Amino acid sequence: MNRPKVVTWKRPTKLSEYPTGPGFEAGHLVSENAGWRTFRPVVDTDKCTGCLRCYLVCPDGTIYKEAGKVAVSYDFCKGCGVCAHECKVGAITMVKEDGE
Amino acid sequence: MSEKMFVSGNDAVALGVRLCRPHVIAAYPITPQTIAVERLSNFVEDGSLESEFMHVESEHSAMSASMGASAIGARTFTATSSQGLLYMAEGLFYAAGGRLPIVMMNANRSLALPWSIYGDLSDSLAVLNSGWIQVYVEDAQEALDMVIQGFKIAEHAEVLCPLMINLDGFVLTHTYELIELPEQDAVDAFLPPFETANKMDLNRPVNMGMSTTPADNLEYKAQQHRAMMRSKSIAQTVNDDFAAAFGRDYGGMVEGYRLGDAEVALVTVGSITGTTRLVVDALREAGLAVGLLKLRYMRPFPEEAVASVAQNVKALGVIDKDISFGHEGTIFTHVNSAVTLNGKAPALVNFIGGMGGRDISKEDIEQMFHCLLDAAKGNAQERVQFVGLGVEIDE
Repeated sequence: MNRPKVVTWKRPTKLSEYPTGPGFEAGHLVSENAGWRTFRPVVDTDKCTGCLRCYLVCPDGTIYKEAGKVAVSYDFCKGCGVCAHECKVGAITMVKEDGE
Repeated sequence: MSEKMFVSGNDAVALGVRLCRPHVIAAYPITPQTIAVERLSNFVEDGSLESEFMHVESEHSAMSASMGASAIGARTFTATSSQGLLYMAEGLFYAAGGRLPIVMMNANRSLALPWSIYGDLSDSLAVLNSGWIQVYVEDAQEALDMVIQGFKIAEHAEVLCPLMINLDGFVLTHTYELIELPEQDAVDAFLPPFETANKMDLNRPVNMGMSTTPADNLEYKAQQHRAMMRSKSIAQTVNDDFAAAFGRDYGGMVEGYRLGDAEVALVTVGSITGTTRLVVDALREAGLAVGLLKLRYMRPFPEEAVASVAQNVKALGVIDKDISFGHEGTIFTHVNSAVTLNGKAPALVNFIGGMGGRDISKEDIEQMFHCLLDAAKGNAQERVQFVGLGVEIDE
């Protein structure tokens, strides 16, 4: 699970610094994108069997493994809940984001 | 030795395309372009052209497939006409914005309604803003030669804009002319294989065809505009290099004819230029100082060349085989805009005719010149005139 890192993007100051046509190197994340999440999926790593079904169904590719455990990147998770719905062992709970 | 052949304009285009060795051809047949596409299909079938011929179900698909092909760095050709050009309109802007140097033949044909398969310039002039370089040719030889030059201009690293070669429907697509077919070796030397960094590449994965926020959109448009403007000088260089290699010089963005001491001049686009040359010669014989300016490109628009001609004549006429309803002929609008570069303008008259395949005769053109000569004497003329209207306007 080779996840691209958010990198700082330097705005072009010259027209020639833009690529020719709207295309650029793949895997290039320049900003976080999770602002509209109402519920966040929380993984109970004790219940989790590591089957990675959640990884397969996540529409935004936000699920990954860290130190052998399943984790969610809250920088990009939109809180859709598909992972929690699809988890066969009930290891993912949708928890209301507090006070935002 | 280059070979002489007696072929139609459609044949000439197909022969020119074969010499350019495109990797992919994606096209849908439409009158009067059909024969060009049929010939290319035959070439692929008989093995004389090694190319992927994609049979698509519509012009929208033809342009979409062409974009996909061009996006992997393939030299790509397509062809259409009239309603087909409008049907692929969404793709035209897309391909240009993606900086995909597709080359297309367009057989200029009327737009419905009334439905008509015959020629005028309504179709291509309706998509002037699409970001395509637009060339207009006068005969079959120029059509063939501009396919070769077209790929060279469009694929130039400083340009990377798609290019449309316009031939008058039937008048050029279906009439037969003697042409000289360049040798394959000479074309290979003139037009090297297409190389671009703007493509899908496993060794350098890229996201292509991205969206932008308002923070970056204008920059891409500015870049596209500047590439089109740069293509003016590149088109000139390619014209000159082509002339040196093949012996045929089309002048560049425009071609002037007997303008030297001309008192009045007509601006023409496409096949009507040939007829106008004959009229210029006849009137010159009769001692009248007339000339013609053939516009070879409508995008980028050769405004400097137009302004420089306007500076030296007393009256300038523009033949438009099109009309922007509620305004005037589209070529006339462009000429007017260019003339403002001078700060002062000659008398200007717009002649609208030849639409839906109606002929513009030598007599019609002679009358236009007489109208301009009268304007040159300071006599007011109707600014926008219909030529060859068969009835009196009484409503």
